[in-house]
Order: sequence, then structure tokens, then C-alpha cells
Amino acid sequence: MWEYTDKVKDHFLNPRNVGVIEDPDGLGEVGSLACGDALKLMFKLDASGHIEDVKFQTFGCASAIASSSALTEMIKGLTLEEAAKITNEDIARYLGDLPKEKMHCSVMGRDALEKAIAYYRGEPDKKVEGEIVCECFGVTDREIERAVRENHLRTIEDVTSYVKAGGGCENCHDRIQEIIDSILGTERPAAKKPAKLSNIQKIKLIEETLEREIKPALQKDGGGIELVDVDGNTVMVRLCGTCSACNASQVTLKNYVETKLQELVTPELVVEEVA
Amino acid sequence: MKTVYVDNNATSRIAPEVLDAMMPYLTERYGNPSSMHSFGGTVGLDIKDARTKVAALIGAAPDEIVFTSCGSESDSTAIWAALNSYPNKKHIVTTRVEHPAVKNLCETLTKRGYRVTFVRVDGEGRLDIDQLKRHLSNDTALVSVMWANNETGVIFPIREIAELVRDKGIVFHTDAVQVAGKIPVDVKADGVDMLSMSGHKIHAPKGVGVLYVRKGTKFSPFLIGGHQEHGRRGGTENVASIIGLGKACELARKQFTKDMVRVKQLRDKLESVLLEKVPHAFVNGDRENRLPNTTSIAFEYVEGESILLMLNEYGICASSGSACTSGSLEPSHVLRAMGVPFTAAHGSIRFSLSTYNTEEDIDFIIEKMPPIIERLRSMSPYWKKAAAALEV
Repeated sequence: MWEYTDKVKDHFLNPRNVGVIEDPDGLGEVGSLACGDALKLMFKLDASGHIEDVKFQTFGCASAIASSSALTEMIKGLTLEEAAKITNEDIARYLGDLPKEKMHCSVMGRDALEKAIAYYRGEPDKKVEGEIVCECFGVTDREIERAVRENHLRTIEDVTSYVKAGGGCENCHDRIQEIIDSILGTERPAAKKPAKLSNIQKIKLIEETLEREIKPALQKDGGGIELVDVDGNTVMVRLCGTCSACNASQVTLKNYVETKLQELVTPELVVEEVA
Repeated sequence: MKTVYVDNNATSRIAPEVLDAMMPYLTERYGNPSSMHSFGGTVGLDIKDARTKVAALIGAAPDEIVFTSCGSESDSTAIWAALNSYPNKKHIVTTRVEHPAVKNLCETLTKRGYRVTFVRVDGEGRLDIDQLKRHLSNDTALVSVMWANNETGVIFPIREIAELVRDKGIVFHTDAVQVAGKIPVDVKADGVDMLSMSGHKIHAPKGVGVLYVRKGTKFSPFLIGGHQEHGRRGGTENVASIIGLGKACELARKQFTKDMVRVKQLRDKLESVLLEKVPHAFVNGDRENRLPNTTSIAFEYVEGESILLMLNEYGICASSGSACTSGSLEPSHVLRAMGVPFTAAHGSIRFSLSTYNTEEDIDFIIEKMPPIIERLRSMSPYWKKAAAALEV
């Protein structure tokens, strides 16, 4: 059970300003069904440039709905300059705080507000800036840097709580740690591979290693390789192109593919060819 | 507010008869069962009686029953016992949908020099028996397969698997925590070597579990200490809970298992009416081979935690496969192993009934649930489009 404040419960059970504004002045959409939460924020300005009406639609948990509702109450009547100053901390504070694991809900509110303001001003989408670090949740290095700076985050877990990055396959944990380290100004010893791999992480890492390292190398010789299945530590692959007819293919499989996977994924792996 | 409790796969209420049976051991009958004096020694006899009752529920002999502190301890004991008994064998076969008690231990073992095969399931949550068979080898020390899944209720063909495994001389363990007391179990006919049970899932208290160990199965204790449980589990017995579990097993054998026919009718009614009233909803898992008390329903385009908290407002207690309820960001490993799309897994709700549920409970849920889903969907930015697609 989450320890939600009464204010969070109130905004979840009686959300303010749910709905749609036809032809809004500002429109910001963030999140996705796959990520587990999404927010669509719309506003209309009055003649003097104040937010006259604001509506939202949210798919997500109680804190996502409450954060959206709170945000709409907070920005009603403000000018865009005033609204732009609202941070995710402000949203959490308005609600009397959120559980740490749910802080990403307040960040989602802030992000939607920024997008809606940018939409009004005709500015390009900010989200595409930077490089994607967390592929599971599509989070860029810029977003992580910003969350770390603004919220004084110190651990990967913190980053996951605030912007979700690192909460899926965990392959990006080294990169997130680097970002935290560079901001905190503390260099750490060379990042090591995550100590434990879940089955899903392992399969993902095998796939990535095949795509990134092994396929390009084999392609140079006109060969190819396909991942068929992963079962425990047995990686089943199919060779194609020139590899499938090559007498040295077994050597390639054991000396190159297996060695590479053992080096980059986990030393227990065994590679088997299937027809 | 009345509590409508449909989360019995998480835990269940203590049966009043069980509590009555336990009370003397929490008050005046506090003797140590290992004592020489009759004040304690007679408590030992009562534990013996409880052991007989537990054995009777699953078709075991009383001396094949080891009392533990919980289902997880039973699982850990079984897995370590098999590995320690066959130190040269370094391979374990289990499934992708096990309870964390087995899954996380097996994942840990991969870092300690063991190979683990996690057998896959199909979209209906059915086990790939061929894959399991293919991976049995001379190096396999243990196969551990849950009897029924806690999230979906899908039942695995344990007798068939046991036969395959025991043909090869491999130890077979099953986590039957969700099964005992719900469907008939006969360890002799079903051919399992070790089986885990938990007290609090069958109307006994929390803090007591059982490991059945077939006579002749190589064994070593997990908790090393005194001579209790014939040296198979050290530590002074949790007397009151063991007595309670004995009573619960007796009740299960005489009443609860039979009452599952009625419970199943209630479950089926809940499921069919909800599916009829709520569009874009479906059942997760094989509806044929399933525990009679469990249903996992995916409500698309809504998020599970929100549903649970709105149900909570009416005193309805259920659970969810959603990410947000667990603090993790990804939905349950069981639903993901089945390939349930994220969009549906986030909105999956599990109802698990017990003998204490009534028709009124079910009618109450049927009344409250559809408006909750409708309300959350009306808030969702995706619903309008999905609903429009449905019209077409």
C-alpha cells in the first residue's frame, strides 16, 4: 500500500478539470500506454494572456491522476511566464508530498506543462534533445541530467523514481551512473557490468550484442546470424548467408560468437547452432 | 464499511474453528513439545495429531511432513536439499512463472555455479512440456515446477511432469501453496518427491508452512539445529500455528475442497458478468485448467493501481499485476512471460475467492466494478479512440 496523503487521495478520487478543450492554445502530451502512464494537458488563454481554462486526461496510477489534477489547479489564472516556473517539486509539495517511487508522476506533469507552453509559443519539441539513454522508457541524457540537478539525486534508484530511466532492463545503469557522477563531480572506478542479470535482461543483452557487435562482423564476410531462442544459458542461433555453407562456421560459432557473448553478456553462455 | 475480501491467493482469514483450536496453546498449554514432563510432552502428541491431519489432506504418511515457517522456507529447503544431495549435478529446471520464492532463489543460484533452465509458457500460461523434457539431463539435480500459478490460477499437469522427471531419476519438487485445500492432491499418485504448502493460504495463520518429503528422498536440513522434525528442521515448534494448520487441513479435507464447486460458480459468475458488462476486457490464462477460485482479468486502457484504490473505497480487496502497485515500473513477470501486452498487463486485476465469499460479495463487485472502469477510461487520453474502434 502506498502512503498517499489525503490531498493525493482527494485529487485522485475527485480529480479537477478532467476533460478536453477543443482547439486549445496549448497542448502537451507525454507518456505512453506501454510505459504505464500518460498525460494530455490542454489550456486556453484569456485576452490578457492568463490561463483561463485548463483540462487534462490521464492514464495511470492514483498519483499520476492526482499530479495532473493538482497541476491544473496550480496553473489556472497564471500567465505562461508564471506557469513556466512550476517545478515537479512544486507539484509534489502542493499534494503534501508523494512517495519517492512516485515522483515520476510529478515530473510527467511538469513535462506536459512545458510541452503545452512550447506548443503555444510554436517552439520545436524539446523532448528530442539529447541522446536516448534508457530505451525501455525512452529517456534522454538531458532529461536525466536535469532531474539529477534539480532534485539533487544521488543514486540510480533516485533517477528511476523521478524519470523512470533504468527501471526496465537495467542495461543503462552504467550510463546513468556516469551522468550522476559527472554532475556530482565524483569519478568512480570503471563501471562494471551489473552483477545480476534477470532472464529478460540477459536475452535483451544477447540480442543487443548480436546486433551491435556480431552481426556487423559476420556481414563483412557476407554471412549472417539470427537469434532463435535463449534457454537458460544456452543461446540458440541460426547461421545464414555464406556462414551457413562455410566449413569454418563451427569455429566462428565457438571462437568468435560464443567468446564475444561470454565477454559482453555473461561467462556462462553456450552457443548452439540450430537448423 | 463492510470488507469484501477477494484476495485469498495473497492470504486468507483464519477459520474460527482454527483459532479455537489454537487458543489453548497460546494460553495455558505453553509446554515445549520436546519435554520429558507430560505438561510439555502431551503438546508433542497434539503436534503428532496435527501432522496426521496435514498428511491426510495430501495423501502422505505423517512422517513425510516437515513443518516450516512459511511456503518460502519450504521452497528453499527443497531446492537446497536436492542440490546438496547431488553435489555433482549443477543444473536446475524450473519455469518462467514461478513465485519469487523459487524464481529469485534460482536466479541467485545462477551466480553460484548452477545452470538454470526457465521453461517458457504460451499465451495462455500453459507450460511448454517439450522444452522441459528436452532439458532434462544427467546433470539435472532438480526440477521445481509450481502446481498452480498464484496470479492466473493456471494449473500445470504435475502428474505428467512428475512422470517425465522421475523416469530420469531426477528429484521433483512442486510449490503447491495455491493448490492444497483447493483441488485434490494425492502425492503418491501424483508422484512428487517434495511439495510445499503454506498455512495462511488455507485459513491457518501466517508463519507456518509444510514441506512434504517422500520417504526415500535424499534430504538435508536447511535450518540446522535441534532434533525437531526428526532432524529435518531445527527450532522449537511453532506449536499454536501447527495445531491451527492441522485443523485447517482437516476443514479443507472435509469441507473447503468440496465447497470449491460453489466457489467456482461464484468465480465464473463474477468473470462472465464483468466480461459482458465491460468492453475491452479479457481473462489472462487458460480458462480450462485453472484453480476454481482465481480469475485474472485485464481491463485495457486503465491502470491497475487506480482500479484497486477505487475498489478500496468500497471495501473491496483485490490485487493487480500492474507495475505501479509493486513499486517496480514493469508489470508482473507472469503476465510478461505469457506475452500479455503491456497495455493490458498494466490493467490486470486478480480476484481470488475463498469459502467465505458469498453471492452478495460477487453481486457487490459486479455492481461497483463497471462504473469504476468506465470512470477511469473516461479520464484516459486513449479511450475515445479505442472505443471508436470498437464501434466499427
